[in-house]
Amino acid sequence: MKNIALETHNLTVSYNRRPVLWNVDFELPSGQIIGIIGPNGSGKTTLLKAIMGLVKTSSGYVKIFDQDLDDVRDRVSYVPQRESVDWDFPASVMDVVLMGRYRSSNLFKKISQKDKDIAAEALEKVGMLEYSGRQINQLSGGQQQRVFIARSLAQGADLYIMDEPFVGVDAATEEAILNLFSEMKKEGKTVIVVHHDLQTAKAYFDWIVLLNTRMVAAGPKEEIFNEELLQEAYGGKLNVLSKVGELVREKDFPIREK
Amino acid sequence: MNSTLEFLSFSDPNVRFVVIGTMILGATAAMVGTFSFLRKRALVGDAIAHSILPGVCLSFLISGEKDPLWLILGAIISGWVSLLMIDGISRTTKLKNDTAIGIVLSVFFGAGILLMTMIQHSGNAAQAGLDKFLFGKAASLTQDDIMVFSGIGIALIVIVLALYKEFKLVSFNPDYAKVIGLPVKFLEFLLATITILAVAVGIQAVGVVLMAALLITPASGARYWTDRLGKMIIIASLFGAVSGFIGSYISYIAPSMPTGPWVVMALSVLAIGSIWFAPKRGVFSKLKLSWQNRDKILTENILKLFYHLGEDEGDFEKPRSFKQLLTSERFKELELTKGLKMLKKNNLLRKKGETWFITRSGFKEASRIVRLHRLWELYLNQRLKLEPDHVHNDAEAIEHIITPEIESLLEKELDRPTIDPHRSKIPYPTE
Amino acid sequence: MEALWIILCGSLIAISCGLLGSFLVLRKMAMVGDAISHAVLPGIVLAYLFSGSRGSIPMLIGAAALGVLTTIIIELFYKKAKLQIDASIGITFTWLFAIGIILISLFAGQVDLDQDCVLYGEIAYVPLDLLYWGDLNLGPRTLWVASAMLLLILLIVIRGYKGLFLTTFNQEYASALGISVGFWHYLLMSSVSLTTVISFESVGAILVVAFLIVPPATAYLLSNQLKHMLWLTVLFAVLSSIGGYFLAVLINGSIAGAMATVSGVLFCLVWGYTIIQKKKMMIEY
Repeated sequence: MKNIALETHNLTVSYNRRPVLWNVDFELPSGQIIGIIGPNGSGKTTLLKAIMGLVKTSSGYVKIFDQDLDDVRDRVSYVPQRESVDWDFPASVMDVVLMGRYRSSNLFKKISQKDKDIAAEALEKVGMLEYSGRQINQLSGGQQQRVFIARSLAQGADLYIMDEPFVGVDAATEEAILNLFSEMKKEGKTVIVVHHDLQTAKAYFDWIVLLNTRMVAAGPKEEIFNEELLQEAYGGKLNVLSKVGELVREKDFPIREK
Repeated sequence: MNSTLEFLSFSDPNVRFVVIGTMILGATAAMVGTFSFLRKRALVGDAIAHSILPGVCLSFLISGEKDPLWLILGAIISGWVSLLMIDGISRTTKLKNDTAIGIVLSVFFGAGILLMTMIQHSGNAAQAGLDKFLFGKAASLTQDDIMVFSGIGIALIVIVLALYKEFKLVSFNPDYAKVIGLPVKFLEFLLATITILAVAVGIQAVGVVLMAALLITPASGARYWTDRLGKMIIIASLFGAVSGFIGSYISYIAPSMPTGPWVVMALSVLAIGSIWFAPKRGVFSKLKLSWQNRDKILTENILKLFYHLGEDEGDFEKPRSFKQLLTSERFKELELTKGLKMLKKNNLLRKKGETWFITRSGFKEASRIVRLHRLWELYLNQRLKLEPDHVHNDAEAIEHIITPEIESLLEKELDRPTIDPHRSKIPYPTE
Repeated sequence: MEALWIILCGSLIAISCGLLGSFLVLRKMAMVGDAISHAVLPGIVLAYLFSGSRGSIPMLIGAAALGVLTTIIIELFYKKAKLQIDASIGITFTWLFAIGIILISLFAGQVDLDQDCVLYGEIAYVPLDLLYWGDLNLGPRTLWVASAMLLLILLIVIRGYKGLFLTTFNQEYASALGISVGFWHYLLMSSVSLTTVISFESVGAILVVAFLIVPPATAYLLSNQLKHMLWLTVLFAVLSSIGGYFLAVLINGSIAGAMATVSGVLFCLVWGYTIIQKKKMMIEY
């Protein structure tokens, strides 16, 4: 087996006490472009947040490069959804990308020239260098997305976790991101992307995780793209599972005995 | 004590007016505030209340007297201006709604203070009492004031009753209201106007600064008692009226006490009490529910243990000592003692000497739990495609939750299986 | 000289409030700032009660702790009791403020505070309360307190610039980097509480809100960079203080009230300016 970039073990996550991810259990290889696919409300974003330690998990654990998140923070980078921030914020493109150089260890230090060089290089990679002085509220949706990805690149990580980077972007951005992916793959980086569009998924990714509250399947795309599995992922929720989930919420029951 | 009797007897006509007036003000504000609460505009009410101060001062400056009607007119105008400004700021700038509220609230209030101090320093004798708008002093209201304010209060109640259905729809589902052809803009305008009016009269009781509480707090408390709008309005109005009574009472027996803060104090106690102790939604009943869940898990686990021990040894009826039970599972001693006691009370276990037996009904219950556990394991294994060694922990929790309805669904979906993923037998009741 | 002292104190307080308020506005927590400024009142009254007319430093910190507690209570209502956020804020601060006023009425004889002071402070008396070192007149006491406060706030904003910037713009990303969002949140909340408590004596509980929100909001409309916004906030804070003082003298009213009014006028001017700019842009297209 190849090196494992990410492993989730029996991951269960509740939102408002209702389980939105149930026993998600998979291992993802490193050096691949991996898509997490599923219908709306299937828990894709929650899965990423659980991986990044942003939501509390009810059970299970996540290992990144076979270690706990806190031990490998420098090797993982997260690209949140574009809509998750207020783009009216008074900041320039460079200000945002430089955030990728922030660490808890250097938070009270000045930004160094080296950091600025790295940030500029990251902007170059997404084709946004000439915009570095631009105010972020003057960017198009696609440009905003590229700024977010540049910020992530500036972290210099090995594993990139991106939430819906293709939503609402123009064709140029889409192409820029895809080129970037193949370049990153060449460098041995791993990219995990939440994606909702089934049509394009096959072209974009090497590996696919099909998710719908539970994990339906995970594997190389050739194995995953078959009628039966897709039907299972998109054919609605499991009746009994969602009923039990509803009960858990109603009765405020612990999802694990503790 | 004498003064209490005097107060309660209502023999003093002034007291009568003041108490009834304050109660009506409290109830009306609470009623109108329920709509503000449901439309998530609670803090807008706060802004309106603060913004009324400059209006009141200006109308005094212009009219030169403290005629309640003039003051209310001023209040309505500045209330409306503040609403339009909040709306305008959040519409035409990148500032968010909460900042818009904060700007309007503090600037209008600052201007009000400026005007008020200016009037005070001008030595105009008629101004005395204008500062009562700040914290309210129901006791100093005249009979004329009370008549006017109560009249407005009653008018507001009538409006809300008459347009109850329309207001309800606009508050819960404005889009739908638009689709079915209701004049949404007009209704929203009306709602805003009655809010301003309620605030304008309510500040007589509690003052500008604390007026927000008269709008928000009763509705917040009432929300924990009911899901129905009608009931919520009634409960909120009751809270408002009771608090009005308490506030004016305290201010009567201790004249140095301002009415407003005591009304708000009473309201807060009622609301926070509701948040804690209301049945079903209250924090306390939620806590109780989680204690019940814990007990359920504990007793069911003990029964399950009896089943497992019996299954291993092929003898379900064998007596078990406390020590054996304690060591076979990860129970704590106190926990186990408590659980055994509960099971005995329910006739699921019996005690003989120092040992414990499972009763017939206890066995039935135990096999039900084991059945659910194993069915769920199988379900996870088949439907979620989890490895057999990954399913146990989940089933440990879910076995306590599954209802008979879900049980039969599971049985049907899995085709009444007999063996779980660990090759253990799934026990079914023998008919 | 008196005018200078008052304007200087007003400016120092307004700058401290404005710098912190910038982050409140950007975090969409303006109304939390409002709530804190009301809710510290009972703490202040108790501080006065226990330590005589002048709050000692530990007492001030105690009162400020109440401000932080307010944010925790609001959060409890919101998260644990599932009460909507605007109502959680509204209930909490009105309740605590009511307690404060009741305490003032109860201890009217023992506390050198009255209801008017609560609302709009006593900045006019600043020049009367002088600090002496031996026989040497060191100037108004408030001036020293306000300067120390501003130094502290400057230290926090300058040293903590990156942390405040990052956690204000994108909390999730900050957590993903392993940076404690909670630390920066509570650092900001406790700074706001402390500033409100210290400013209280001069400008009262409610007009602090004007200083917290209005200059930063005005500056925000004109700036595309956080640093510019902070500088403009300082500018508008000082202008409000100067303008407010002269307006108050002109019409013989409350100085703090006038400062809030002027800050509002400045806001409206800038607001109008941005609307005109937008219209112009539309025409150009």
